[in-house]
Amino acid sequence: MAGAGGGGNDVQWCFSQVKGAIDDDVAEADIISTVEFNHSGELLATGDKGGRVVIFQQELESKNQPQCRGEYNVYSTFQSHEPEFDYLKSLEIEEKINKIRWLPQKNAAQFLLSTNDKTIKLWKISERDKRPEGYNLKEEDGRYRDPTTVTTLRVPVFQPMDLMVEASPRRVFANAHTYHINSISVNSDCETYLSADDLRINLWNLEITDRSFNIVDIKPVNMEELTEVITAAEFHPNQCNTFVYSSSKGTIRLCDMRASALCDQHSKLFEEPEDPSNRSFFSEIISSISDVKFSHSGRYMMTRDYLSVKIWDLNMESRPVETYQVHEYLRSKLCSLYENDCIFDKFECCWNGNDSVVMTGSYNNFFRMFDRGYRQDVTLEASRESSKPRSVLKPRKVCTGGKRKKDEISVDSLDFNKKILHTAWHPQDNIIAVATTNNLYIFQDKL
Amino acid sequence: MINTMECAVDAQSLISISLRKIHNSRTQRGGIKLHKNLLVSYVLRNARQVYMNEKYAEIYRMQQYEEVMTVCNEIQELNPLDLAEDCEEQSGDCCGNDGVSEPASLCCALLPVSHLTAVQSAHIQAPSACSAPLSLQSDEVCKETEPSFYRSCCAEAYPVSNCDFSTVNNNLHCNKTTVLDLDTHVVTTVENGYLHQDCCASFQQCCQGAQSPAKKRKVDFEYYISDIEEVPDFTPCKRAKFEDCSYANSEHLDTSNISNLISIFGSGFSGLVSRQADFEQALNGQFCSKQALASLGAWTRAIVAF
Repeated sequence: MAGAGGGGNDVQWCFSQVKGAIDDDVAEADIISTVEFNHSGELLATGDKGGRVVIFQQELESKNQPQCRGEYNVYSTFQSHEPEFDYLKSLEIEEKINKIRWLPQKNAAQFLLSTNDKTIKLWKISERDKRPEGYNLKEEDGRYRDPTTVTTLRVPVFQPMDLMVEASPRRVFANAHTYHINSISVNSDCETYLSADDLRINLWNLEITDRSFNIVDIKPVNMEELTEVITAAEFHPNQCNTFVYSSSKGTIRLCDMRASALCDQHSKLFEEPEDPSNRSFFSEIISSISDVKFSHSGRYMMTRDYLSVKIWDLNMESRPVETYQVHEYLRSKLCSLYENDCIFDKFECCWNGNDSVVMTGSYNNFFRMFDRGYRQDVTLEASRESSKPRSVLKPRKVCTGGKRKKDEISVDSLDFNKKILHTAWHPQDNIIAVATTNNLYIFQDKL
Repeated sequence: MINTMECAVDAQSLISISLRKIHNSRTQRGGIKLHKNLLVSYVLRNARQVYMNEKYAEIYRMQQYEEVMTVCNEIQELNPLDLAEDCEEQSGDCCGNDGVSEPASLCCALLPVSHLTAVQSAHIQAPSACSAPLSLQSDEVCKETEPSFYRSCCAEAYPVSNCDFSTVNNNLHCNKTTVLDLDTHVVTTVENGYLHQDCCASFQQCCQGAQSPAKKRKVDFEYYISDIEEVPDFTPCKRAKFEDCSYANSEHLDTSNISNLISIFGSGFSGLVSRQADFEQALNGQFCSKQALASLGAWTRAIVAF
């Protein structure tokens, strides 16, 4: 079932679950800022603006309903980051979780990295379903017994208890970034990871918190000469020496850490020449890349800029191999989108398990899927109205001009406050997690 | 909600919106966002470029009209019967269509600008909605050539207060001397002894760069007019024609070397005499350097000698 059929006509997506408050009054702290499946897909983590991490776990498929995949229920909730104050610079540091990345599982416990603007933390999530009982010197509630009352000895035994999930911070990686962290990425060697801010990328060892290596530094000598910033970075899924980082100028640089200690010189530069007929006041803004993701195979990478998704073959630097327009009808609205700041929204993108379909979000709680093989695309909506269990999502269409057909929505009716910035695809199955402002929707394909 | 009618990209309003965003970002929680401010500064740069190009095109058109009228008036004083028609023809040839074609901008550089200051003080308000796409094209060329951050020259003379511009990443200062190398299209700005260099796209931009030296040439022209009385044969109208002829007929000149010619003129009479040396200098050097233009006799002597 691994992504078979992909998007388009082959797969019908059904509503499965929605998490989060129903009321329209959205508390800012509840705004979801990142979504990530773990490597098996059993766990789904979300981070929010309030610095909290919520982890959902998929239930085992029940025997009663073999046609349904297991539901995702809350597994653990913890406060990852708190607001901080940098006294030296008189700056408040937001507690918003920018990214969560899972480590590959090595033992019974789960590990994830979560980061805000300045600090990365390694969290251990472990289960406890047994507890020792029958201590000689302690009462059951923990109080120490008077030793003189002890007349017999017994061996404490483990008794089952209600499952308790504990999250504990194992490492705190702090004070390494002057600018705002936008990405973290775990290396395939499972020993190191990178963290990227606007101007620098650092390499860490997961065990060592007091030292990190700077591997990319694009800060100019004179900050007045600054022309671009780093917007995203990721390690190659298979080659532990390779990583890419994207820039606000729409370029992607692939670096090889074997070449030199400081990877300011790229090994490859991926850039598509700008179409001069599309030049506008906002050309620089809409060409800024907001997300970069390697395919699972490692052969391709995908980038998201404001209006499109591009697939690049790592072997070809001159242009992408595929370009998909997400919401081209917004090109004529850029001025208004600039005024209301929507043009600065950073949309993410993701691959399905077998790299045949890519997905990204849009406005009005729409999200788009592009099937690379069948050359089909579909627009779906995450809304409470289409939230009946197992109801099939109806494809949506935006009317770009002329006469609006029935069931189409016109560009001017789109709600630009309802944006889907974060989406995630289960690594094996056709299960997707789509984050609206403060709700998490889970959809799966119709079995 | 987005307006149905997309705004007709008013450069001035974009500038004010951008400045407001930059100002607001300073009080935002979490500190100044470098990425967002960088992008806003790009919009600010683009909008200012369009605004200034539109302004300059407006000024140029007015200047062109007034120059023609001035010349014709003078001709009428000298020889009202014969040369009035000639003058109109020549100004039509010389100054091209609407001030944005290549030879026209050269002409702009060469024409005296006696009324420029008058025009400036007239406080031109809203820029006319013209060369916006053109300016953006030049901006696009700019993007391709120079990776370093573009900073437009800030002309002193515009009534708009450029001194109000202050951005995180973009220093927009007043009181700069701006020179344009038409060969390399590099705008060199000298500010408090600190040199800035920009790429500058095309000949359309040269008008912008030519503005401060043009201001100086006003003085030259006045000197030149007094020469006219002394040398009755050498009329302003014939001067215009001369310029055309010099470009067309001289075997030393072709279109690509016209910029060099201007550089030579700008660097003074000695440039004409030792033309070889100055060619190299013009290629690397600066168009209409302040010192050269300060020498009043340069223009007239150069032209007469030719």
